[in-house]
Amino acid sequence: MRRYIAVMLLALAASAAFAIDEEKRFDDPAMQARYEKLIAEVRCLQCQNQSIKDSNVTLAADLRREIARMIDEGQTDEEIAEFLVTRYGEFALYRPRTTGKTLVLWLAPFLLVLFGGLALVRIVRHRMSLPIDDEPAEEA
Amino acid sequence: MNRFLWPLIIVAGLIVFLVMGLRHGDPRALPSPFIGKAAPEFELPTLKNPEVRIGKQNLLGQYSIVNVWATWCVMCRAEHGFLMDLAASRTIPIYGINWRDSRPDAIRWLDELGDPYIASAFDADGRVGIDWGVYGAPETFLVDPGGTVIYKHLGPLDADIWQREFVARMNSRGAGT
Amino acid sequence: MLPEVGQFALILALSLAICQSVLPLVGAHRGDAAMMRVGRTAATGQFVFLAVAFACLVWAFLSDDFSVLYVANHSQLSLPTMYKVSAVWGAHEGSLLLWILILAAWTVAVARFSGDLPEAFSARVIGVLGFLSVGFLLFAILTSNPFDRLVPAAADGGDLNPLLQDPGLAIHPPLLYIGYVGFSVAFAFAIAAMLSGDLDRTWAKWTRPWTTLAWMFLTLGIALGSWWAYYELGWGGWWFWDAVENASFMPWLIGTALIHSLAVTERRGLFKSWTLLLAITAFSLSLLGTFLVRSGIIVSVHAFATDPTRGFFILSFLAVVVIGALALYAWRAPSLDSDAGFGLLSRETFLLLNNVLFVVATALVLIGTLSPLVIEMATGGKISIGPPWFNVAFLVPTLPLVILLGMGMHAAWRKQPAQPWARVLRIPAIVAVVLGVVIPLFIYGRISILLFVGCAAAAWILVSSLIPIVRSLRREKGSAGITRAALGMSVAHFGMGLFVIGVTIVSAFGVESDRALQPGQSIEVAGHEFEMKELRNVQGPNFSAIEAVVDIRKDGDFIATVRPQKRQYLVQKSPMTEAGIHPGLDKDLFVALGDQLGNGAWSVRIQYKPMIRFIWLGALVMALGGIIAVSDRRYRVKATARDAVPDTVTGTGEATA
Repeated sequence: MRRYIAVMLLALAASAAFAIDEEKRFDDPAMQARYEKLIAEVRCLQCQNQSIKDSNVTLAADLRREIARMIDEGQTDEEIAEFLVTRYGEFALYRPRTTGKTLVLWLAPFLLVLFGGLALVRIVRHRMSLPIDDEPAEEA
Repeated sequence: MNRFLWPLIIVAGLIVFLVMGLRHGDPRALPSPFIGKAAPEFELPTLKNPEVRIGKQNLLGQYSIVNVWATWCVMCRAEHGFLMDLAASRTIPIYGINWRDSRPDAIRWLDELGDPYIASAFDADGRVGIDWGVYGAPETFLVDPGGTVIYKHLGPLDADIWQREFVARMNSRGAGT
Repeated sequence: MLPEVGQFALILALSLAICQSVLPLVGAHRGDAAMMRVGRTAATGQFVFLAVAFACLVWAFLSDDFSVLYVANHSQLSLPTMYKVSAVWGAHEGSLLLWILILAAWTVAVARFSGDLPEAFSARVIGVLGFLSVGFLLFAILTSNPFDRLVPAAADGGDLNPLLQDPGLAIHPPLLYIGYVGFSVAFAFAIAAMLSGDLDRTWAKWTRPWTTLAWMFLTLGIALGSWWAYYELGWGGWWFWDAVENASFMPWLIGTALIHSLAVTERRGLFKSWTLLLAITAFSLSLLGTFLVRSGIIVSVHAFATDPTRGFFILSFLAVVVIGALALYAWRAPSLDSDAGFGLLSRETFLLLNNVLFVVATALVLIGTLSPLVIEMATGGKISIGPPWFNVAFLVPTLPLVILLGMGMHAAWRKQPAQPWARVLRIPAIVAVVLGVVIPLFIYGRISILLFVGCAAAAWILVSSLIPIVRSLRREKGSAGITRAALGMSVAHFGMGLFVIGVTIVSAFGVESDRALQPGQSIEVAGHEFEMKELRNVQGPNFSAIEAVVDIRKDGDFIATVRPQKRQYLVQKSPMTEAGIHPGLDKDLFVALGDQLGNGAWSVRIQYKPMIRFIWLGALVMALGGIIAVSDRRYRVKATARDAVPDTVTGTGEATA
């Protein structure tokens, strides 16, 4: 189970390793990568459902500029997220932060699969105990 | 209980939830995270007189409204008439934040249409706008004498909204306008 | 004059729909053959009048009749003719009329091709479909009339949303609706079975082709929408987990589960109540999707213009239909379960796994779509659930699904002995492991656990689904070959494999680059050189644009010229990006204009998208598998006794899916 979660988290990381190359924000590739990951996950609030990475409106450009400034000043990802949430609320982030409310969301997939698996085990066990028809088994 | 009733129960619950959701209001309206909290600090040059600076301290001591506007914003022009009326009635000081605009354009706009503001702060690069959580003009904040944000309205103001949302809130706090 | 004809036709259609819903159902209950037969006639009549109404609306657009409010809002004199037609379904009222028309068309099809069904059963099916038609027609006439007049008439219209002025998006809604609405047939079959109290393997046999057909159209509709979003929205993405996309995806997921569940019910008479529940759920999700999109309850890039009144109407209708169906279900389902068994390793178990995982996936999409609303109402805070959550959450049930797919299709019914099964799977397993390493590492130069799993799973499915086909080709002449149903299954699963490899490769190895370019400059992305030759102004029929001419080279060899545009539509004034794409099966090269920067430079987004076409190719092949399966001989052989409800499998005992 733990390995499963590890693989899932790897998926998270792998999906962020999208090789993107943006206009001269940072020379340091690590900072550039952080920048790109962050702007992909911040909602453009003037738009209907786009990240500030994908949007061209002024607010998006302003927010990109602010995030770049904060990375430059050495702020952490959590501090930058906090900056945005203080001003715009949790809605500004596409990836819900892992707080009490959202923990349920992140656990939901595993809980549901678990629940489904248990139901399945019960059903299969029950069917295994029943007589199978004596029609000859056929090839797939 | 008949276990085959569960789908029905779950769906009934879902429908009740959706009914509540429908009555909930515009999904695009973003409640301001500042409501009930201190208004953000800021300090900016005024629009008409760059040497003079205004900031949060100007708002303290009485109820005031902070109106975010720009010349490129169509709805701001729509609410301007009401703001002029409100300013003329002298019920509450109106401060402006001129957001992401061109200084000469903004000054000309106020000259042509009238200036309802005690003063407008000139937010050229939008940083103060971001600090106030502004994402679309016009936005109007109601700030109490202690500097706490009581309410934020997104979209143009009119007399109806003013009474219903702003005056009502001030009255319930004993402001007695 | 014609709009009034259209309006009148709608009302006539409504009255026929009322007849169509009441009389056959009463007739079936009483055994009155004459009343039952009315259903078919009424259905045909309803369709004819709806076709007339639809034609009136199309004509209003083609003749630029701006005295009709809907036309004035969504058309324009200078709009190209093709888009005047597609504008008919470009907004709420017109697309609703299309929905109703398609529902009537499906009903006529059922009436026409149900010769083998007992009269009472088909009467009930047609009656239920009639009830659905009544609901939608009332909705249209009372709240969303496309024929409302605008007085005085406008001189010119407000233009069709530029986003919709595109051939791909013109066909997308019709295809999607044929799928969405098609699940109403399975729903009606389920209700009919519950009303009569008879549900057996023959019922499953009849329901399968209708379900598969609807599923097929929905697959095509969703794939088309994805492809359109890719080339039209300018960001190079193909799926955004937007609420409207999710609204179409959930019925598809349950529909897929339903197809597999029907297989078990037909073959062995098992999972009857579960199949019923799935049939009810699939169409309920279609209705829910309609509600989500048209009520304004959810934020989305492409929700229709919103109106809570309409939202309440749809929700009420949804409540009546779904709760009614589930009440019937609670009443009938307890008496349905059979006592047949199956072994641990058996096709039944694998299909059960399939169902569990698809239901989990659907639940996750529903949770992700509705949670923001739940949280907002519960706590007042607004939260955002987007691709970062969906992409991870969705992978949890689908990764096992993809692996089980390769194994399950070779498991025999009832009890599969382990040894022969493992032997069959040896080759796919070896190929999978090998290609799981070779493809990422040697073709693209990088490997990770997830990459290995994705590529291996795709290869696993591709090889595994070919085995039945290869086997049938190897059999001696004279013996039964592969049935179309089994062939369809193999082809559809093969399509799934294509889809998986496309998603894996493009997600991992796609490259995106945002740069500033001036005419004369060139930059290098993913081993290709992109040179902006010039920028120029072009004029379209109803837009003006800046076009960039970009040459693409690789190692000095010229590959293609693409012409991305930034369009300004004359009426709606919204800027639109038309990407310049050089397509290829192995990769797409994608160039889109961003913003104008200073001194003649533009920001340009260049993307390298390896194997992205496999995503839509996979969907196409899946749909192809569907149509092959539907054309199977057993659906075309007439039953011997018209009213018989046999509980044995008809056919020759050849391998069935």
